[in-house]
Amino acid sequence: MTLTAETSRPSVTAAAGRARRPRPLPRIAPYLQAAPLTVALLLFLLVPILTIVAVSFWDYDSVRIYPDFVLTNYTELLTSPVTWKTYLNTLKYAALTWAITLGIGFTVAYFLAFHVRSTTWQMVLFLVCTIPFWTSNIIRMISWIPFLGRNGLLNSGLISAGIIDQPLEFLLFSDFSVVLAFVHLYALFMVVPIFNSMMRIDRALIEAARDGGASAAQTLWNVILPLTKPGIAIGSIFVVTLVMGDFITVRLMSGGQSASIGLMIANEISLLQYPAAAANAVVLLAVVLIMVVAMLRVVDIRKEL
Amino acid sequence: MNTSRRGLSFYLLGAFFALFVLFLYGPTATILILSFQGPEGGLTFPMNGVSLHWFRNLFEQQAVGDFGGSFRRSIALGLMVMVLTVLFSVLAGFAFRRRFRGSGALFYLAVASLIVPSILVSLGIGLFFNILGLEPAWYSSALGAHLTWTLPFGLLIVFAIFNRFNPAYEEAARDLGATPWQTVRHVVLPILLPSLIGVGLFGFTLSYDEFARTLMTAGSFNTLPLEIYGMTTNVTTPVLYALGSLTTVFSFSVIGLALLGLILLRRHRLRRSGI
Repeated sequence: MTLTAETSRPSVTAAAGRARRPRPLPRIAPYLQAAPLTVALLLFLLVPILTIVAVSFWDYDSVRIYPDFVLTNYTELLTSPVTWKTYLNTLKYAALTWAITLGIGFTVAYFLAFHVRSTTWQMVLFLVCTIPFWTSNIIRMISWIPFLGRNGLLNSGLISAGIIDQPLEFLLFSDFSVVLAFVHLYALFMVVPIFNSMMRIDRALIEAARDGGASAAQTLWNVILPLTKPGIAIGSIFVVTLVMGDFITVRLMSGGQSASIGLMIANEISLLQYPAAAANAVVLLAVVLIMVVAMLRVVDIRKEL
Repeated sequence: MNTSRRGLSFYLLGAFFALFVLFLYGPTATILILSFQGPEGGLTFPMNGVSLHWFRNLFEQQAVGDFGGSFRRSIALGLMVMVLTVLFSVLAGFAFRRRFRGSGALFYLAVASLIVPSILVSLGIGLFFNILGLEPAWYSSALGAHLTWTLPFGLLIVFAIFNRFNPAYEEAARDLGATPWQTVRHVVLPILLPSLIGVGLFGFTLSYDEFARTLMTAGSFNTLPLEIYGMTTNVTTPVLYALGSLTTVFSFSVIGLALLGLILLRRHRLRRSGI
């Protein structure tokens, strides 16, 4: 049993223990244990995606959809200037939201991990950040309306302070309010993984940097930032994929005046143009996957678990 | 850094953190206050009197939708998702502790489930049911759609739990002659229980608030988020805020009850162990 003592890998421990166990678990056990998860994901994720791919080649008219193999859904989608404009707009939302949430997430996590000293306070403040996550996204979106509206808190405050004469129109139902809502909804997805990475950093490394004569800024840049990269990558994957596929935030917060790919797909669905929506969805999925693969080149997330 | 004296950077970062918290809570607090508008009040400040008018209004027969029914459906769906998420992800967690063929593929399938845009899951399941000639319903297609969101989270949490789990307890149980099932039943599960409550809570709240994945999969009866979304486009009175406040209070009560359960569980165990 020296093997067991040397390593903490559960699989090896199980293998080593097999010899003396009164009734060893059968070989088939892990397959049975993994089966419900596998079936659920195959049935409700893989099969539906394959369905989308298949339907994206189908034909349709105003009444129904027909099994077929046509490329018109793709040619119409990719030759339309509207598609390209919408993709650019969606990428703009994703880039802005990503940059802002990264700035906020890193700063908040850095404060919690390195400036709050007691673990209790760390956990309390961390929980304070996560509580709003438990509220419905739609409720959190509409809660900006009394704040940003024409007669909202912000405008009336600015007017009574004498800073502006006219209400600022761009606050609500604009790109500004869309990105603001995204940041509000998804900043936490950046804070949590970055905080998690920072908490794993061996504090001796920070000491060593300081003893070596590094300033706080140098330590931040040369020690903490590189070690936080996995957290940044995971947070970025969450924020970017959530924004790329979103339609509800864009519809509600832009007042229907801006478009995104998700919204385009949702509109095609409501017009029952399923094959067109499916082609659009396949392209969106490809774009999102390319972005995620690019981000995964920075970090091996399996090592992070 | 952790020097003995707190520098300027601590206060600057502290102020930034305070602003962030204000940013997170400010708007929700605003609608909480505005839901107590007087009967003549509108969607914005100033408050036109203080009353419970809009809460009463909420429980009266609505011009749009079915608030009570959608609330009950959301709870029932959330509970089903909760049970299945805990069961499936814990079972899979046990599987992943040993080597098995296809474990890598299953892991990547679970991760893919997190990054596939919700609208695609909605569209895919909707089309799939459509082609099979099945009627989508909140307890079948929407349940599956929600599981694609809660299961990967559940699995990742279970991984984290097992990483911290000390296998020496199982070894000890085995040495005392426990069968594999007895080891799981009397040793592993009791140790994992608090974390499992966390997984369940996560599954319930994710499902209770899920909108995009429910859109094409709920069938003819709405869940609560769909109902709220419908109201955002139709309703222009503070009754919307009353509903928002009520569902928020409900979410927090669920979390509060779960935390209370955890505390009672811990106290019960301490008492049993005679400390």
